[in-house]
Amino acid sequence: MCGIVGLYTKKPELQSSLGSLLSAMLAQMADRGPDSAGVAIYRDPVDEESIKVTLQGDQETDWLVIEKKITEGLDATAKISLIASHAVVSLSVDGDTATEWIDRNLDTIRMTSNGRFIEIFKEKGHPNKVIDSFSLQNMAGTHALGHTRMATESRVTTEHSHPFSTGMDLCLVHNGSLSNHNQLREKLSAEGIRFQTDNDSEVAAGYLTWRLKQGASLKEALEAALVDLDGFYTFAIGTKNGFAVLRDPIACKPAVLAETDDWVAMSSEYRSIAQLPGNKKAKVWEPNPATIYSWERES
Amino acid sequence: MKFDLTEQGIRDLNRFLHSPHSKESVIEVENPSGSHNVAVGALQHSQVMVNGHVGYYCAAMNQHAEITVNGNAGPGLAENMMSGMVHVRGNASQYCGATAHGGLLVVEGNASSRCGISLKGMDIIVGGSIGHMSAFMAQTGRLVVCGDAAESMGDSIYEARIYVRGKVASLGTDCIEKPIEKEHLEELKELLDRAQFNHSATEFKRYGSARRLYNFDVDNARLY
Repeated sequence: MCGIVGLYTKKPELQSSLGSLLSAMLAQMADRGPDSAGVAIYRDPVDEESIKVTLQGDQETDWLVIEKKITEGLDATAKISLIASHAVVSLSVDGDTATEWIDRNLDTIRMTSNGRFIEIFKEKGHPNKVIDSFSLQNMAGTHALGHTRMATESRVTTEHSHPFSTGMDLCLVHNGSLSNHNQLREKLSAEGIRFQTDNDSEVAAGYLTWRLKQGASLKEALEAALVDLDGFYTFAIGTKNGFAVLRDPIACKPAVLAETDDWVAMSSEYRSIAQLPGNKKAKVWEPNPATIYSWERES
Repeated sequence: MKFDLTEQGIRDLNRFLHSPHSKESVIEVENPSGSHNVAVGALQHSQVMVNGHVGYYCAAMNQHAEITVNGNAGPGLAENMMSGMVHVRGNASQYCGATAHGGLLVVEGNASSRCGISLKGMDIIVGGSIGHMSAFMAQTGRLVVCGDAAESMGDSIYEARIYVRGKVASLGTDCIEKPIEKEHLEELKELLDRAQFNHSATEFKRYGSARRLYNFDVDNARLY
């Protein structure tokens, strides 16, 4: 069992309270996934020639040393802000150069996200503790996804936690379990997709990364996932200007969608949506199996 | 009598519903906010009004009580109900009425997948449509659907009767359409009246077991 939540603001007035609303939603899902939690938040875009990456270190990480390494190694200006065990680094270089260099040269650091908009924070521990450690309540942004994890397929570690990055400004959260992930991981590894863990959800993320790299649209990639992924899933996928939801054809993993003039929300359960302003007047429905739902703002 | 779930716990509500109280009692439940296990295991002939959306297993194991939900219900609504009535004004999530033995469940909106799975005698009436794999292995009881039915309806069904007014996407293994006789029109009319739905019984088709799957067939004796 796991819990997933997503919130997309339709009105700019709501952006300043995105973090507090998502925190309230996520806290409701704590007993669906008490062992770890994570969020992807879309905010403060960097300019088109730059990129920002979220890096995750540990207690021993000396971020000043990391910053120096990055600026010298990439010959770029870097702006670094520390948020608990993570650091968000804005870099004046293009995305591919930055991510390749970081992958190769910072072996004690994990990159949880890259893009112009996205930041991903995740940690093992009770969701309420994780929310507090990142001060998620104070974050503003346009939209965000969250996940609470109850591990079934692999270990409880920060690396195994969701969301998983699936490429520039893309991420995935998953409730369910995949049965053909080992076979798919081998196939995708041969195609050059890199994996940090033995987690099944990371394979779903890697699968979407692979399809998107081949030039598929998000919709095409998700349609292909319906054919190639075997198992149970409700996915929420974050994009730079919106999010998408997909359930497998059997649809035994729960999902609720809700919409008002002010927001669109998804959650594993209605309890999270009951935390949102105006929820009593929201249109509430259960997404159909094997059907892609998506929302996007015009960018 | 009022239970506001922002102030009182689910256990307080359910403990009351299990305890002896008068038949005339009307219990109002406010602010359920998607809580699980609302009005589970009620044992008395009282009326329970739940004002808002509920989470998992609302009205499960109900005996005697008349429970109305003014909102949507999460998974497992009226699961294993024994008797009484449950009326949901909105939609119901997956496996509503699963394994239920008796009583009446009315869902005014849609019911999603696995509605009435392993039904054991309850009657379910859905004003809208039902999701896939509904009435899977349903043993006895009746399922009336005023809208459409999604894939694999009635898979491996035993003796439950299904009536559908709209389209059926596909029938499951051993489920077939059957002729509607006078007795079926009568029982269907009675069920629609109880749910206060105005459709004519003649607009429905009947589905049930072809009885090819669960019976021992002497031709297969050598396989045992």
